[in-house]
Amino acid sequence: MDETNHFRRVVLLWLLATVIMTPIVIFVFGPGLPPGNGTVEASGQVTDNTVLLATATPVALGVLVYLGYVLWAFRERTPEVVLDGPPIRGNSSVQFWWLIVTTTLVLFLAGYGTIRMLADGSGGGQGPNPLAVPATPAGGKLVVQVVAQQWQFNYRFPGYGGVETNQVELPANTLVQFNVTSLDVIHSFWAYQLGVKADANPGVNNVAYVTTKGPLTFQVRCAELCGVWHGYMFGTGYVVSRARFAAWIAQQRVKFAPATKQLPPYSKTYFPQALRRAG
Amino acid sequence: MTGAGKRIVGITIATAIVCVVIGLYIGLYLVNVPGSVAATQTATGAQLYLATVPSAALNDSHPTWVSYYAVNASSQDWQHKTTYVLPANTLVHVTIFNYDSASGLRNPWFGQATGTVGGVITLNGKQAPAINNVDASHVFSIPQIGLSVPLLGVSATAKNPCSNAPCSLSNDHTVTSFTFRTPGKGLYRWQCFVPCAAGFIAGFGGPMQTVGYMDGFIKVV
Amino acid sequence: MSAIAVPATARPTGWRKLIGFNMLTGILLGIGGWFLGYWIGGRFTGVNIAYYSKTAGQNDISIMLGYLLGVVGFLVGLGFANYPLKRMLGHPPSLAEQESEGEGLYKYFTLSTDHKVVAKQYMVGIGLFFFVAGLNAMLIRTELLQPNVHVFGANQYLTLVGMHGSMMMGTMTSGLLGPFATFLVPLMIGSRRMAFSRVSAFTFWLLMAGEVILLTTIFFGGFQTGWTGYQPLGAQGTAGYDAYIGFFALVGLSMTLFGFNLVVTITTMRSPGMTWTRLPIFVWGALTTAWLMVLAAPMLIAALLMAASDRTVQTAFYIPGQGGSAYLFQNLFWVFGHPEVYILALPGMGIVLELIPVFSRKPLWGYRLAVAGMLGIAFLSFFVWQHHLFVSGINADLRPFYMLSTELISLPTGFIFLCAMGTLWRGRIRLTVPMLFCLGWIFNFLWGGISGVFNSDVPSDVTTHGSFFVMAHFHYTIMGGLIFAFFAAIYYWVPKMYGWKLNERLAKIHFWTLFIAFNSTFAPLFALGFMGMPRRVVTYNPAWQGLNIWVSVSAYFIGLSMLVFLFNVVWSLAIKREPAPANPWHAKSIEWELPTPLPVHDFDRIPVFDHDPYPYGEPAPTRAPVIAPAGGTA
Repeated sequence: MDETNHFRRVVLLWLLATVIMTPIVIFVFGPGLPPGNGTVEASGQVTDNTVLLATATPVALGVLVYLGYVLWAFRERTPEVVLDGPPIRGNSSVQFWWLIVTTTLVLFLAGYGTIRMLADGSGGGQGPNPLAVPATPAGGKLVVQVVAQQWQFNYRFPGYGGVETNQVELPANTLVQFNVTSLDVIHSFWAYQLGVKADANPGVNNVAYVTTKGPLTFQVRCAELCGVWHGYMFGTGYVVSRARFAAWIAQQRVKFAPATKQLPPYSKTYFPQALRRAG
Repeated sequence: MTGAGKRIVGITIATAIVCVVIGLYIGLYLVNVPGSVAATQTATGAQLYLATVPSAALNDSHPTWVSYYAVNASSQDWQHKTTYVLPANTLVHVTIFNYDSASGLRNPWFGQATGTVGGVITLNGKQAPAINNVDASHVFSIPQIGLSVPLLGVSATAKNPCSNAPCSLSNDHTVTSFTFRTPGKGLYRWQCFVPCAAGFIAGFGGPMQTVGYMDGFIKVV
Repeated sequence: MSAIAVPATARPTGWRKLIGFNMLTGILLGIGGWFLGYWIGGRFTGVNIAYYSKTAGQNDISIMLGYLLGVVGFLVGLGFANYPLKRMLGHPPSLAEQESEGEGLYKYFTLSTDHKVVAKQYMVGIGLFFFVAGLNAMLIRTELLQPNVHVFGANQYLTLVGMHGSMMMGTMTSGLLGPFATFLVPLMIGSRRMAFSRVSAFTFWLLMAGEVILLTTIFFGGFQTGWTGYQPLGAQGTAGYDAYIGFFALVGLSMTLFGFNLVVTITTMRSPGMTWTRLPIFVWGALTTAWLMVLAAPMLIAALLMAASDRTVQTAFYIPGQGGSAYLFQNLFWVFGHPEVYILALPGMGIVLELIPVFSRKPLWGYRLAVAGMLGIAFLSFFVWQHHLFVSGINADLRPFYMLSTELISLPTGFIFLCAMGTLWRGRIRLTVPMLFCLGWIFNFLWGGISGVFNSDVPSDVTTHGSFFVMAHFHYTIMGGLIFAFFAAIYYWVPKMYGWKLNERLAKIHFWTLFIAFNSTFAPLFALGFMGMPRRVVTYNPAWQGLNIWVSVSAYFIGLSMLVFLFNVVWSLAIKREPAPANPWHAKSIEWELPTPLPVHDFDRIPVFDHDPYPYGEPAPTRAPVIAPAGGTA
């Protein structure tokens, strides 16, 4: 068999596999990709993951189909005899096109990811001076401070008297700004269904945005090892209607009034006092 | 068997024995957990007695560490156990004897009691929803069910403070009682929120991070 | 100065053999050094330090000084101080006094300047701790079988997790280069030794001392930070964290010196005719890795020195609120940590590209492209570290740059893949066990690399950072990549290094069980990460229990496959001992032209090279073996 025959076969097999698998990946797996469509930023991540997966599929198939083919076509059928193959040391045309294609792919992915990230921040922590601030929707903007400590997340609402709670509810159709900070070691505030993850770094105000849509239940987990109860640092939050949120926050203010009296004034970072006493 | 063969067999057996011994030692270290104490059944639910001490017993592996103890109320028998077995969906009354002085709360929010029946604690006989956060000595908290109870510290000018466990009622102490309802069956964890681990950075190392001292489990059955 | 073998001096027999500078003396002096250092540490009675150590019940100064003097004692006992002292007293330089023949097993427990002995010491030392760390992994998976029943204490579980990660990362950085580069690089470049033979032995024994220090963490309460050792969590912890610091400080020093040794050897000791373009690709892999080691490992030592100072003399480099910054540790650590993972990956690439030509019977396809790929990976690896910190609150302006640089690093990695695949094209592929492991490498690293692209993309990383998806990614690249290359190298070169064959059928069982069990263990972890399971947790959402059980059972099969390997090694190398031919693979690189077992001095005459090691398919007469037959005048 001459050279072209093998090469053509591999290309055809690869094209066939790609044409079958890529739509499956996009339309069957795509909608199931994390973290779901509960918020605007989460939907953005799903789209991003779908693009990544759709780009990765032909690449992976390329390597796998090629490997399968060469292991079938070029296997030594008589291993008792040790014969050498042809002394091919390279092919500059192949190398050139590989370089062009892979560079294009990589630059495309980097560019697309950057655009997606800069559009709305993708729910990630952006530090004290965020670059990508999403547009404010009809419901307005809400600032929630996430106070991480060993081993519980507390939530402080500066716009509601600085009340601090251990549960979180958020209003629908609102731009929520999470100011994430820590009182002790590095934690990470991960609200899965919201599509938000921001490390809680002590002494740092890490800002993450999420634009809520409809009612939603979300799991909050700590995503950075913070000591013995790291695995137990989790909770459940809810996105509810604006009316329910107003009622809830009013109720929390009443419930936690004794605590609010003792809290330090709201600040973007806190440096709690070291131990006061000896022994 | 040849000399070389005998040597190989001998070395293999010796190695196996050494490995087994090391394995046992490490295995025992890994599964070494404090024991558990069950709450006593009462007419109205269940009753649990706990105590917090400034230093564990002298024969403890960490005699300088603060610790929780479980107390058998009738015999005043102190047990260094931090897994408490409670019945499900029951009102549990908890009484905690605190023999330790105040360190102050890192997050003053924990000065308020949450998750208890009525949202209050009974402190030295009087009901209150919160204590002054600078006077907090320890906290008993089960974050998974939203329970958090601050424990008032013994005054700094106390005449007869307890040093090492076990402490007696004649030592200065504060008594905090509260009631909460247990959830369904499962394994939950409890912890303290006061940085009371003296000698560790931010007061949160050592006993604060070690099950058996300021951390433990609630086993709801 | 040539290093011809000196006649073995008459050595005492029986138990008297144990007196002298060897591992036993080292251990005794090391224990003595520990007690001395601990006692000296107790003399520091400044007010603050006394208060902290009394109430905490631990004295970190004592522990760190104990470790330091213990290591010094250990090294002195092994004999590392002898030559410097002799030279200071005026003795002339000497190279070969520890090289000796026919000493049996004793020489493996001493300071040896024979690179072949050091390589075998590495092989056994690395292998031992690789298995210990692997056992830790089995225990971790046992804990994760059930979310609400805990087999181990919560503190002990975190120590297990930290030990597994630390021991694997610290051990396997020298895992491929230690045994194989030390043995082969001198041979492949036509040299009889490494540039600095004593440094070679020194890096090995340093690593062993470090491993022992890591194991002592259980006496001091373990450490709760995982292998990344983040501050200020580490500063908070019990004294077990000092063992972590001691271990990685010694590993860092070992890596720096080892890399330095390799760079000098490869650059200056190539024999005539071994030009840069004829260098075996494995040596290129070793060289690029060595540069990374030299440049990155010192960052780790610096980061840990500051952590140790925070814990002992109460500085506040990493304590926020007292002037320090937790970020500082994260950045210093990952400036080391990212090149570190390429230190793990590059030798594997070198090995796979070295072996595939032998078993395709073709020259390496795209040699210069492969070299460019390795150099590109090494260079770019210094510019990507902030991708570990995408959501940690770093300046948002940095993220597009690091996303681009991390994506770019997949380009040189792609070159490696292209060269491997190109070598297979139209070859005469022989599916021997080393080749199976190389093909396994290609398969596994493909998924590792693609999942890396997901992680490098910030929107995708927001969900997967700190989750089991990242765990699956790096296990696919490190275990599916490095470890598979490790076994390929073992099955390929053990016949030359030890002179005996490994049983082929057991080897094939090992490969297939490992390959299937490995994929069965780590592929579901991608799904678990996507579903929201964070790393290093002792409990999880009960809905994920089914997958976790599947993963744990598969992990047990990985363990079983390793037992098969162990049995094969003990049976073939200690009991059966079937002699291996000098060139069982019909390979054409120089180490296979040498007899098995190799003489102490390696080459009778320094070889002169006139071709690269891949003359497959090229006409025979112009490609005479580099080494003339015995008695020839090459």
